[in-house]
Amino acid sequence: MTDPLSPPPKKNPQKAQRVPTLPPGIRSRAAMGLTAAAAEGRFMLQHCAECGTVQYPPRDACCSCLSTKLPWRDTDPSGELIAVTVVRASPNLYFRDRTPWRTGTVRLAAGPSVVCHVHGDCEKGAEVRLINRLDRAGQGVLMALPKEGTPNMADDPELRELTADPKHRRVLITDARQDNAPALARALLDAGAAQVFVGEAEGWRPYPQRAKLAAMEHVTLLPLDVTDTTSVKELAGEIGGKTDILINNARFVRPGGLFERGDTTFAREEMEVNYLGLMRLAQAFGPAMRSRGADGVNNAVAWVNLLSVHALSNDPAYGSFAASNAAALSLSQALRAELRPGGVRVMNVFSGPTEDDWHQAVPPPKVTPNAVARAVVAGLRDGLEEVWCGDVARDLVERWRQNPKVLERELTGGEG
Amino acid sequence: MSRRQAYDGVVLAAPHSVPYERYSTETAHHWLARGLKGTLDAAGLSKEQIDGFSVASFTLFPDTPVGLTQHLGLSPRWLDSIPMGGASGVVAVRRAARAVQAGDADIVACVAGDTNQIDSFRKLLSSFSRFAMDAAYPYGYGGPNAMFALLTDRYMQEYGAAREDFGRICVAQRDNALRYPHALMKKPLTMKDYLNARPISDPIALFDCVMPCAGAEAFLVMREDEAVRRNLPFARISATTERHNAFPDDPIQLRGGWAVDVDELWQMAGCAPRDMDLVQTYDDYPVISMMQFEDLGFCGKGEAPAFLRERDLKVTGDLPHNTSGGQLSAGQAGAGGGFLGLVEALRQVTGQAGPTQVRGAKRALVSGFGMINYDRGLCSGAAVITGGDA
Repeated sequence: MTDPLSPPPKKNPQKAQRVPTLPPGIRSRAAMGLTAAAAEGRFMLQHCAECGTVQYPPRDACCSCLSTKLPWRDTDPSGELIAVTVVRASPNLYFRDRTPWRTGTVRLAAGPSVVCHVHGDCEKGAEVRLINRLDRAGQGVLMALPKEGTPNMADDPELRELTADPKHRRVLITDARQDNAPALARALLDAGAAQVFVGEAEGWRPYPQRAKLAAMEHVTLLPLDVTDTTSVKELAGEIGGKTDILINNARFVRPGGLFERGDTTFAREEMEVNYLGLMRLAQAFGPAMRSRGADGVNNAVAWVNLLSVHALSNDPAYGSFAASNAAALSLSQALRAELRPGGVRVMNVFSGPTEDDWHQAVPPPKVTPNAVARAVVAGLRDGLEEVWCGDVARDLVERWRQNPKVLERELTGGEG
Repeated sequence: MSRRQAYDGVVLAAPHSVPYERYSTETAHHWLARGLKGTLDAAGLSKEQIDGFSVASFTLFPDTPVGLTQHLGLSPRWLDSIPMGGASGVVAVRRAARAVQAGDADIVACVAGDTNQIDSFRKLLSSFSRFAMDAAYPYGYGGPNAMFALLTDRYMQEYGAAREDFGRICVAQRDNALRYPHALMKKPLTMKDYLNARPISDPIALFDCVMPCAGAEAFLVMREDEAVRRNLPFARISATTERHNAFPDDPIQLRGGWAVDVDELWQMAGCAPRDMDLVQTYDDYPVISMMQFEDLGFCGKGEAPAFLRERDLKVTGDLPHNTSGGQLSAGQAGAGGGFLGLVEALRQVTGQAGPTQVRGAKRALVSGFGMINYDRGLCSGAAVITGGDA
């Protein structure tokens, strides 16, 4: 049984803040396959394309037939926990700060044995299931969980190191005016967030969901305009030291590509909000979050960007908006690199067309505010880097992986 | 298997151990040089008189044994590097003996050793192997302690071994170490001390773990007529085996490569486990010593706990084992740990062991085990050596 995580005590400013340390982060290129799969929370291993042998640790050749064709495939995660140890002494600083640390050997039904992290509720000799998650160094690691869920399972200290669970954490949602703001706030509070701050630009200007947000317990509306550097800095000065999860949902969207717009007015707005807004937030909030990566139960853990899936491949009907999202996607990779020393994760949630006035002329399926909120919470709980929200996003990324050039032609080709 | 040639006409001589130090400010070059000088002095040879050189070391970087020849002013016509950690002693013997037998070299100096600077162990861990980097370090970074904790845990579940069974090995070795002048651990160890020691990685506690240190071990391989001419006590090589990555499909390591080759070993040696006057197992952890007793034919699989309960493993006992205290009590001088048992056995069967001498010792089994690439040791080897006038 996992003990439920208690809300953290108030921080004592006289005490030294723990400096973030990371687990060993160096991997071979082959082993990065695990990391790529963990970014989406998938349990994948190398399967030999010629003889079918499933192998681990990752190799450059099949240990059964010497084939060098070793695709990563989703794999049966079930196995038996055949040995367990509790590491009580480690020369590595990250683990030294966190001992005792439980690890074990799991014999997978798929074949190989795996040394992995072990959840406190797993019993020796029992059936377990493996998950593949990113650790604080941003690398894929395997962990054994009990076959069936157990009470307070997510509160296991080793598992919590691999996730960005909102429980007991304080969240900033950057734009109250977006249709999804109330659904996001509700879902995060339901997931146990201690406090939700919601940024509000031009507070004097009314908008429909304000009353809904203001009525929620533990929600605080605060002035924030992501297009205004001073505003962003002022808010960071106020809550930057207690923002554990930042959800950047600010967005400026208008239909149109190049010719029918005729000028760069909307394009500038798109870049101001979708690209430079992210940059302003990152410069104001990022350094403090990075330094608070090991700050106890409510340490800084995640930065979430809500992006259009057309950041991957342009949709000419919203061509300029897609371009601003492509810029934001690229910048999010730089942000990921800069937050990594603190162990803070950057999660991009990609959606297809959203259910709102600016996508009224687009046929369904469309992504609802509740679907976005569910995807964000689930992604945080699994500690993901990439979340594909809705059927359109999932379909598009699949086609993009198969052949990005073919997808471009499909998206830009019209009907004829 | 009978196609293997005997090691006729080749012998081992001039065992030398450089006294160990817990930490050293010196380099591997320093320790290997002292090992080489020690074995040469024991044989009354100058370095110009050897033409073969075999080296095992982890901390020579950025050098290899090639650089070491210039560093030490050697011009060998045969040079070997043995990257096999705990199996390096047995493997060095195998290779050097064949070189001497074939005339590729006349006298080979085999040297193993390492330094241990304050952060050597951490540095060595961090670059040990690709699988360790990819699949071991990210999981608690317990190093070999954690991996051997897992297989000790499995061994205990599978065969009903208790911590006392492992403790018995450690306590006897400490007793032996009290006789061995160079052992680092000089405080008597009781079973109570063993059981109450600080836990390191369950079920492994402090006295299940070796203490990394600096040191070197060395010996010479030459023709028997050469040893006789120089009036050097020597040992013959009765049999050897070597095996890597045995039983890759075992889900966790409960046996080593010895089990593959055990019949060949005793057939070639022309004797049996009961004929051994002493046994030197590779004792990085006591569970591995147990596996060696089983896999080398002293008892059946899983029977080592019961077998050892009936035996006295001290120098004065009925089954003298790791008579210089083993790595658990003498210290683990890096790759020197792979030579410790062999060099001590060579002293024993040639009557030069001094305070640890087993009375009338003539035949010894030496076993090696090395390289925790990921979840198990990959290299294993064994040798039976016999004192010269036997």
